[in-house]
Parts: sequence; C-alpha cells; structure tokens
Amino acid sequence: MSVAKTKPEADGANAAAEWQPKIVAFCCNWCSYAGADLAGTSRLQYPPTVRIVRVPCSGRVNPRFLIRALQRGADGVLVAGCHPGDCHYSTGNYFARRRFLLARRFIEYLGLEPDRLWVKWISGSEGNKFADVVREMSAAVAKLGPNRKVREAR
Amino acid sequence: MPRIGVFVCWCGSNIAATVDIGQVTEAAAEMPHVVCVEDNKYTCSEPGQASIRQAIAQHGLDRVVVAACSPRMHENTFRKTISAAGLNPYLLEIANIREQCSWVHADRVAATAKAIDLVRMAVAKVAQHSALTSSTSPVTRRAMVIGGGIAGIQAALDIADAGHEVVVVERSPTLGGHMAQLDKTFPTLDCSACILTPKMVEVVQHPKITLYAYSEVEKVDGYVGSFKVTVRRKARSVDESKCTGCGACWEKCPVKVKSEFDLGLGTRKAIYVPFPQAVPAKATIDREHCIYYLRGRCRICERFCEAKAIVFDQQDEIINVEVGAIVVATGFQQFDQAAYGEYGYGEYPDVITGLEFERLVNASGPTEGKIKRPSDGKVPETVVFIKCVGSRDEHKGVPYCSRTCCMYTAKHAILTREKIHGSKVFIFYMDVRTPGKGYEEFYRRASEEDGARYLRGRVSRVYPKGGKMVVLGEDTLLGRKVIVEADLVVLASGMIAQPDAQEMARKLGVSYDQHGFLTEAHPKLRPVETNTAGIFLAGACQGPKDIPDTVAQACAAASKAAALLNREALEAEAMIACVDEARCSGCLWCEPVCPYKAISAKTISERVGRRTLTRSVAEVNPSLCHGCGACTVACRDSALNLLGFTNQQILAEVEAVCP
Repeated sequence: MSVAKTKPEADGANAAAEWQPKIVAFCCNWCSYAGADLAGTSRLQYPPTVRIVRVPCSGRVNPRFLIRALQRGADGVLVAGCHPGDCHYSTGNYFARRRFLLARRFIEYLGLEPDRLWVKWISGSEGNKFADVVREMSAAVAKLGPNRKVREAR
Repeated sequence: MPRIGVFVCWCGSNIAATVDIGQVTEAAAEMPHVVCVEDNKYTCSEPGQASIRQAIAQHGLDRVVVAACSPRMHENTFRKTISAAGLNPYLLEIANIREQCSWVHADRVAATAKAIDLVRMAVAKVAQHSALTSSTSPVTRRAMVIGGGIAGIQAALDIADAGHEVVVVERSPTLGGHMAQLDKTFPTLDCSACILTPKMVEVVQHPKITLYAYSEVEKVDGYVGSFKVTVRRKARSVDESKCTGCGACWEKCPVKVKSEFDLGLGTRKAIYVPFPQAVPAKATIDREHCIYYLRGRCRICERFCEAKAIVFDQQDEIINVEVGAIVVATGFQQFDQAAYGEYGYGEYPDVITGLEFERLVNASGPTEGKIKRPSDGKVPETVVFIKCVGSRDEHKGVPYCSRTCCMYTAKHAILTREKIHGSKVFIFYMDVRTPGKGYEEFYRRASEEDGARYLRGRVSRVYPKGGKMVVLGEDTLLGRKVIVEADLVVLASGMIAQPDAQEMARKLGVSYDQHGFLTEAHPKLRPVETNTAGIFLAGACQGPKDIPDTVAQACAAASKAAALLNREALEAEAMIACVDEARCSGCLWCEPVCPYKAISAKTISERVGRRTLTRSVAEVNPSLCHGCGACTVACRDSALNLLGFTNQQILAEVEAVCP
C-alpha cells in the first residue's frame, strides 16, 4: 500500500530527481531499534533516507534534539518507541507521547510543516512496520521538499 | 585529544557486497580524531579482535569504533576486547552498517554513503565518551516470601535449602492457602492434605525459615539486594510463644461463626485455628465476633487456657525486615458468582462452587467427607456440574481460561461416582481442555469408566422445583434442549486475581495486567522475574495455574532468588543518570517521572564568598537507576544527564548526520 503511495510522488518529482530527504530517527533500544534490526535480518528493503540515533527510551528524546536536527537541515525527524503499555521502563513512552504531541504543534508554530515530525510505536517484532514507516515517511517528507526554513533563517 | 581507531567489518560478503569498504575506510580516515582505520573480513573473529587489541597498543588508541553488525549483537564482545587491551569497556561505539544498512539497501552508492554517515555519527559520539564504572552494592543474604500457599511454601523451602535465610509472611493465621482446602488432587487423586501438611510443618521446623503468620506487608522500600520491608504482625490476642494449640479454648468458646476455611459451609469458634492441621498451631481470637471485645464480658478462653497464652490487650506489632530478594506468591481468589444471577448462586443453597464442593467431599470438611446437600443434608443422587462459570466469558466474567476447572470437574465427577453409588453426573462444558501429563487420560476415565455424562452446551437457567434444582441447558452436539432435575449444582468457578493484588503490586513497584495478575518480565524467557530487579513471582498471582505448574514456578523463582543471594555484591548499571549539582536548582521535577524512585532530594553545602549556604539538589541512587533517561528531559536546567547517552553525545550524532 505504501509503495503505491510513493510511486506517483517519485514520478512527479523529476525536477529534483537527485534529491532524497534526510531523516533523523531516534529509536529506543528495546523496541524500535530492535525492530529496525529485524527489518535487516528479514532483508526488507527501504529507502536509504534514514539515520538512526540509538537512545535507551523514547522518553530520553529531548525535544531540543529534534529542534537541533531541523535547524541543521534534517528534512524529517522520526521518534520511535515501544507501544504504549510496553515500555521497557514502564512509562517512558507515555511521556514521549505527550511531549511530541505538543512538539508537532510547536514546530507548526515555528512555521515548519508538522508532518516533518513523526512519532511511531514499533515493537521489536515489527521489522515490516519499521520498513513501512520509513517508506511512508520518506514519501511524505519528499512531498514536502527540502527543509530550508530554519537553516536559511540563521 | 581523543585518539580514535575505526574498525570496519566486511562480515564476509554480508556488508562488503553492498557497502564499498574501501570508500568507508578512506572517509573514516578523514574524520576528526581518527588516527587509525582498519578493515577485517570478520572483526568478531579472534584474529579480528586481536587486530583491535594490537592497534590499541600500537597507535595508543583511547577510543574505538567498530562498524559492523548491530550493537545488540556484538557490543558486549567488543567491550570485552577493548577491556582486555586495557581500555575502559565503555569507550566503544558500534556503527550498525549491517542490519541497518547493507541488509536493507540494494543500491551500492547510497548504502556506502549511509555507511559513511553511520561511521561519522559513531566517531562523533565516541569522541565524547568518558570512562564509566558501575557501582556495586552489597547483598542482604535473606529472602522474603509473601504468601504461604503451596507456591510460597515451595519457594521458601527451596531458598532455605540453598542455604539462605527466608522470612515467610502469610496474612491468614495459617500456612496452606487454597491447597489446604482441597480434597484430592488431579490427576493422581492423592490427598491434598497428605502431600501439603508435611511441607507446612517443614517450613516451621526449618532452621533457616522464620514464619510470620497472621501478618501483612505494609511497605517495601529499597532495591535489589537491599529491600527494607515493613511487616504488620496483626494481634492474635494470643501469645504465640505460650500457646500450645491444645484446643481447650476453642472447645469452651461459646461463639459460633461461619468458617472462612469451610467457605461458610461449616462453623468455627471466635477463638480458633482455621483447620486442625493448621501451621503454626496457634489460636487466634476473631475480635469482630468475640463477646469479650463486643460486650466486655466472657473471657472463658482465658480461664481454660493452662498456658496463660491469652492476651486480650495485645497490639499489632510493626517489624522491619531487611532482605535481598522477594518472592511474591499471593495466589488467587475464586470468581465471584454474583454476575451469574440465572444460576441462583447465593439464592439457592444447593447451588455451590467448585471450591465449596471440595470442602463437602473432604474428610476434614463440615460433612466429614460425605457429600450432602447444604439445604437439607440429603445425599444427592443427581449432580450437575457447569463449567466455565466466569472463565472465557467476556461479557460477565473474564476472557481467559482458568486452566484448572476442566480437570477439577473431572475429578469431582469421579469422586461423586465413587462416593455415591448409583449417582448420576452431568457436566455441561464449552470445551474440555486437558493439557498436562496424564490429564487427558484422567478426563477419559471420568467420562468413559466413571460414566460422567458430558454435554456440550451452556446452561441458561437453574431454578428450584419440588426440592430439586431444575437445570435448563442445551446439548449443542445433538441440537437439543436438555432439562435435568438435579439435587446439587456445582459451578466450576474461574480464578481471578486477589482483590488487593493491585495494591500489593504498587507496594512492590511491579506491574500488573488488566485482570490484576502480576506481570512477568518476559512471557517466555523471563517467566518468574518481574521488571523490578530482585522481585520474583510464583504461583497463581501471575495467572491461573494448577498445582504442578505452581510448584514448578515456585522452584524456578526460588532458584532465581538463590542465585541472586549467592552473590557477594551486585554490579549496578553503568549508564545511569547523573546530576550536575552546580546546575541543579532543586526543583525535583525529575522525581515523579522516574519509574524506579531513584531520585531524591539531597542537601548540599556550598561556599559562596565567605558564607556557607545549604540548598537542596536532586540525587540519583545508582543502585536504583536503570538508565532510561526520562529525568534528563524533565530537567529544566539540563542538570541531569545520562552517562553513555549524554545530551552532548546525542547532539554530536545529530550534527554528524546534518553537517
């Protein structure tokens, strides 16, 4: 389903055929990083747009990290953690959920597209979900185009 | 200045086929602080590890990046490698260029570019690494077992036999739990008391075990290796050290009360032991029913007690116990039948639960083992059993299977046919589930040899008619309505969590599921541990279980606890939160977000000019901190940081991706 979504975009983006979005992903060590590893061991292919920063818990991700990424020209930021209720540390992802709900509105307030920030719950057994999320997010961020706003305002 | 070595792994062709190793090494050589770059066919192999050790010595490396498979695979391997070469094991970073690069991308150019980025991130992060050491904390070599049913008994005996002191806390006046109420046990039909009571006696006689019966856990503080538990020893009104359990008091006591142990089918006195084989065999006064406490007169028991053990003004006693490990074995309760009004439980005395049937059929029960109807004491000729009352019913009961009811109903059927000659037994069931050694054979015996009539279908109503209970049911296999005029109806009630299981979970800081059962750390690989280190689960507090499974789990929990107590000291997590006291404003916003209660306030003195000021700052207990980092984000001053994943390190990685 996600592949069908990406195709027309790829065709339409002839002008910037070379440009590929750059996505910084903060993945929790216990679920989403393991999910990304499982995508690898299952040899699932996804676009080479994502760079994973390993963190112990999605609750460790300070909103300042995503602001720094966007400021330095990342086109999208993905925060991925264990499903609500499954946090390795019991409650970390609940804090993350509240924080990034606000953060999406905050980056919108800054004049950025809120869709540059994705928050997803990906378990250690969901390698296919990780690959799907990267595919979908790459397509969605590609549609938004390069993130220059904050960088150029420096 | 850091001196970083980068080691790029081919992983045979796993990485090298998709990532251009040559380009990666060339790019890595240009990265800041990198003084040495090597590539290996298999870095994890002994020659690969040897090359890392050699390079550390030869180039004077103080930090290492390995670009290879996932850190979840080999981080520990390489930590040991660099540790063997004299570096602190935490001065290592892994760039995951296999699972998260070569295996997920086909395009060699893009994969190589990504691999270079991943190495750059790791180099930027490792440059900020500092040597970490984990603190150690001593272990109190004593365990606590909460609950004195078969799970708690087994766990206590096993830990004590392993050579450690054990404190058993049981809230009722006696050990035994539900197993003591049972008559025979499936599938071997051996007598429950005959196999249980010797173990109960063994507990009190074991030199390593201290039993606190009629006591409850009030509070649990501390952490793995050093828990501080507050126990309330409820007042029995009897001096345990003097009471001989002779029974003179309860023979003379004039007050009759419904016996909890017999589930209200029999009576006991206001001063009592729950059942004759109770351990400890010490009397307890039930202050709610004792005339002396109600009206201030009587004291007959005191008069007849030769040991002078009655102490009317005894107070609850609070004691503190220090233990290194806790086994929770708090058990279950029977499903409350009130939801099934159509079966008339509570309204008609001849509709009883499975556990009540156990008391009726038990030789030490209120009928001395003769199955008699509670209403008129007649021996029933036709007995109907209804299975899955509460279990597997999302609307009125619980969605799960209680696992024991199929087997105990088969047992009840066999016992009924054995004790009442010519009796008829009907069993209404949804499915018959018999997974267990000898279980299917046992069920076959009930249905084929002992002539229990199994009818697949639910019962819609039970009502009385002329001294009989009419059971309206259905046989779905024949597609027919079934009407049975029964003398006794037995509801196979499911198991649910103890009413205060959630309160207990909160005291212990362990998690529980939506049904109130305590949750294990991993459903398959860590079945007896909880997410709180040092706390283990045994028996039905974790989910419905029969006796064999309960005992097996208790043994497992005991072996885990004993292994913990065998250690001299515990090594704590090294990657934990730390406080920059100079920055900390002492607001303690971090305290409530910590799931492990690892943060508390501490008073520090500072010299400001000539004066010494005291103020409050946050303090992290290294033995409690698990290194999740939740506090670091809550901190408004950025005074809290997470070692190994500091703000600076994460930002360095971000900036390496977005130069």
